[in-house]
Amino acid sequence: MAAETEAQGLTFHPMDQFKVGPLFGDALSAFSITNVTLWMAVAVLCVIVLFVLGTAKRSVVPGRMQSIAELAYGFVYKMVEDVTGHDGVKYFPYIFTLFIFIAFSNFLGLLPGAFTTTSHVAVTAVMAVMVFLFVTILGFAKNGLHFLGLFWVSSAPLALRPILAVIELISYFVRPVSHSIRLAGNMMAGHAVIKVFAAFAPLVLFSAVGYAVTPLSILAIVAMYALEILVAFIQAYVFTILTCVYLRDALHPGH
Amino acid sequence: MANTTTTATDVAEGTAEAVGHAADAAGHAAESAGMPQLDFSTFPNQIFWLLVTLVVLYFILAKIALPRLAGILADRQGRITSDLEMAARLKDQAQEAEKAYQQALVDARTEAGKIVAAARAEIQADLDKATAKADAEIAARAAESAKRIDEIRAGAVASVSDVAKDTAEAIVAALGGKADAKSVAAAVAARMKG
Repeated sequence: MAAETEAQGLTFHPMDQFKVGPLFGDALSAFSITNVTLWMAVAVLCVIVLFVLGTAKRSVVPGRMQSIAELAYGFVYKMVEDVTGHDGVKYFPYIFTLFIFIAFSNFLGLLPGAFTTTSHVAVTAVMAVMVFLFVTILGFAKNGLHFLGLFWVSSAPLALRPILAVIELISYFVRPVSHSIRLAGNMMAGHAVIKVFAAFAPLVLFSAVGYAVTPLSILAIVAMYALEILVAFIQAYVFTILTCVYLRDALHPGH
Repeated sequence: MANTTTTATDVAEGTAEAVGHAADAAGHAAESAGMPQLDFSTFPNQIFWLLVTLVVLYFILAKIALPRLAGILADRQGRITSDLEMAARLKDQAQEAEKAYQQALVDARTEAGKIVAAARAEIQADLDKATAKADAEIAARAAESAKRIDEIRAGAVASVSDVAKDTAEAIVAALGGKADAKSVAAAVAARMKG
């Protein structure tokens, strides 16, 4: 199929947008400046503009930027407080950092030509493993061996408990996998689909069928883009609230 | 392997050689299959920059932005609370002022009533005094008048008897008699007693 469409002049490279490469020179080491570096730096800059410069005036009646910063603060703060309870609030800065990084990366990735750092499993897995390790260590530190009560479902019949414990244990260790792949997969899939539709858009230049296909594909791109804006926020929200849920399990393993 | 993947970008080739990682072969294969996400040669770079970014973000947010936002929100909350308190206090004050005003109004009214009553009583007293004085004066005048009338009456009776005497003497003289003054006077007096 690829050969066929390329013969017509269409090129399908939906995954090219996810390529990591150095910006200067050819060598790629752990420390070389890549498009990953660039877009993470852009995210940091945006955070500085919104959260540091935007709140510099400390107005009692906030302007636009300060309103957005306050909304984000209130949104995540309320989430942490509602899900983890009052003793989870001291981990709020960590959770807020994760949320802001993911949200900004997702939204910046929607700019045409941008690189979406959160579409890479390497990035999301590191964050998920960080959450997993933090929560597990915190669980044992706070509750000692009582933390294992998380796997011992005391409301179930005694005979079922060992089986449930195995299932709970597996699901606990699958957490970082689902946590990371959910975010990376969503970001990658949406962007790839947009790119596929985009590849159909120039068909009008090569074939009469294009008069029907090109408007349709442009319409589809617009619709997907709108959906992706939603997904960008929802995935940041989902990652954050799952982090809060895991944190609650660590703080209150007895349910 | 290398021959089959020559269609892959030269950049990836160069990268693979430069890094010389054990995972490169697998990553390379995955990349040629179309998943840059599974190109393990890029993992160290991504992870390094992610950690740098997260640390930088954490310090920006936790040290600057979040305390500032918390301060702004607390300030606003405090401002709203104090404003509400002040509004409540002012309302109380206004109510007190209104109460005081109403009280003053009532006081003024009773005071005015008192003054009116006092004035009325004073006027009444004056009036009574004046009336009594006038009555006394009238009584005195009346008594004086009565005395004068009595005097006049007495004077008139005396004059009448004199005139009657003179007239009787004249009549008697005119009739040719010779009137004795003593008998005429006695006759007149007797007549006048009537």
